[in-house]
Amino acid sequence: MKQILITETKLHLREPWSILFTLGLPLTLLVALGHIPDLSKPDPNLGGERFVDVQLPVSMMLLALCTVAFNVLPGVLATYRKQGVLRRMSTTPASPAAMLTVQLLINTALGAVAVVVLLAAGRLVFGSALPSGVAFVPVLLLGTAALMAIGLLIAAVAPSAKSAPLIGTAVMFPLLFMAGMWIPRDVMPAALKTISDYSVAGPFVQALRDTWSGQPPQLAHLAVVALGVLLFGGLAVRLFRWE
Amino acid sequence: MALIEVTKLHKRYGDHVAVDDVSFSVAEGEIFGVLGPNGAGKTTTVECLSGLRSPDGGTIRIAGFDPLTERREIRRILGVQLQSSELPEKIKVWEALELFASFYGERPGDLLDRVGLTAKREAYFGKLSGGQKQRLSIALALVGRPRVAILDELTTGLDPAARRETWDLIREVRDSGVTIVLVTHFMEEAERLCDRLAVIDAGRVVAVDSPVGLIDRVNGEQRLRFRPSGPFDESVLRGLPEVTGLARDGAQIAVTGTGNLPHAVTLALASAGIVPTDLRIEQATLDDAFLALTGKKLA
Repeated sequence: MKQILITETKLHLREPWSILFTLGLPLTLLVALGHIPDLSKPDPNLGGERFVDVQLPVSMMLLALCTVAFNVLPGVLATYRKQGVLRRMSTTPASPAAMLTVQLLINTALGAVAVVVLLAAGRLVFGSALPSGVAFVPVLLLGTAALMAIGLLIAAVAPSAKSAPLIGTAVMFPLLFMAGMWIPRDVMPAALKTISDYSVAGPFVQALRDTWSGQPPQLAHLAVVALGVLLFGGLAVRLFRWE
Repeated sequence: MALIEVTKLHKRYGDHVAVDDVSFSVAEGEIFGVLGPNGAGKTTTVECLSGLRSPDGGTIRIAGFDPLTERREIRRILGVQLQSSELPEKIKVWEALELFASFYGERPGDLLDRVGLTAKREAYFGKLSGGQKQRLSIALALVGRPRVAILDELTTGLDPAARRETWDLIREVRDSGVTIVLVTHFMEEAERLCDRLAVIDAGRVVAVDSPVGLIDRVNGEQRLRFRPSGPFDESVLRGLPEVTGLARDGAQIAVTGTGNLPHAVTLALASAGIVPTDLRIEQATLDDAFLALTGKKLA
């Protein structure tokens, strides 16, 4: 397991595009959008908070985590399946499940780096406060687990190595939309709001915003995200093919 | 006692019967060939051996273990080289070897030397030639110090020189004490490399024998062709007990027969004062044996 982790980490570092994309896009968007004057003024609708303080970085974190979970993870796994790497492993005493675990670890680590980079940028560039709620990190982990579970399911059902990241992208944009990436949740029509509440990404983002400012997360939000972990994780385990 | 024992193996995919009825046994230290045309069920057979597929009938024992229920033990004693398995493009040769060694809790040792890849240690897998990839794949099959190595179509796509090098490598591996099951559809490979062969056709074992033994089965007749140095009485040859037939083909004479035909014919010609020029002895090859056994030609 240790050797797999070392080797796979090297392999990920040798394909720097996915890392650059994961880290670079949300960071660039955060810094660029954060400089729009209206977004960097205290907003009475947000309780006097600036948009750039919590709203924007949380959206960017979601973007980074979705990139990892829906593009990088299914891409690697589907490619390994196509190349017969997983099948080859299953003829050795090592379990292909170890490879799966390693990929989850590496991608979670990549997501974590993205989160830290975004927090640091927010602090350094805009002087935003860091998350204060103790529940922030646990919520982050729970939500990441849910996104990874969806990513695994994509890897499980994708018919080919090439289609996996494409399916990932097709899943990613609706989820980002539901989470209020383009239209704030507050101005969504009621029907859309309801869908958003069950979209995993929606409640995840809301729980992140709550815990950032030190409020306890809403139980309903946590329940939907946790259900997502169980549902999609369970499906992924059932449907996963090694070859 | 046989190291590998396959009895009445049967496997279907839906309606399609891939392996109908396959039985054979492999002794320790053998290079055992599984020979057959594409789609004969060779790969399915070795996939069942490797524990990658579950048979629908029959039993398989490798060193007494069942590949399905005793996977753990099987994976320790079996090294597998799969037909279509690649590695990540950007893994270096030594990294792949270290990685697979770690699966078995082993060290790579001098394996890179043995497969002649020392100079390619730092090369990415994606940059290797076909022959180098195959040799790495053999190294990976051996890195766990297996008792049995299963090699599936390992010289397909190699040029003749690379193929010969690979054969030498396999012989060395066998000499180091590893029993080898070699899947192939190359006659020459089977004939040169294998101690014994199972000829498989349409999911059934047609024959199990040594290459020479298989050839002997169809080798009832030999054929001799030559041009006589002068006219002679055919009865000189027709009268020989070894000769079963004689035919003229222009200036050429073709004699068929059994036993020590070349010796009897040249002796009789010599005593008649005739020198056979362009003398050619045609013996059956594994190709003929295969054709006789399956009614098909290979490749």
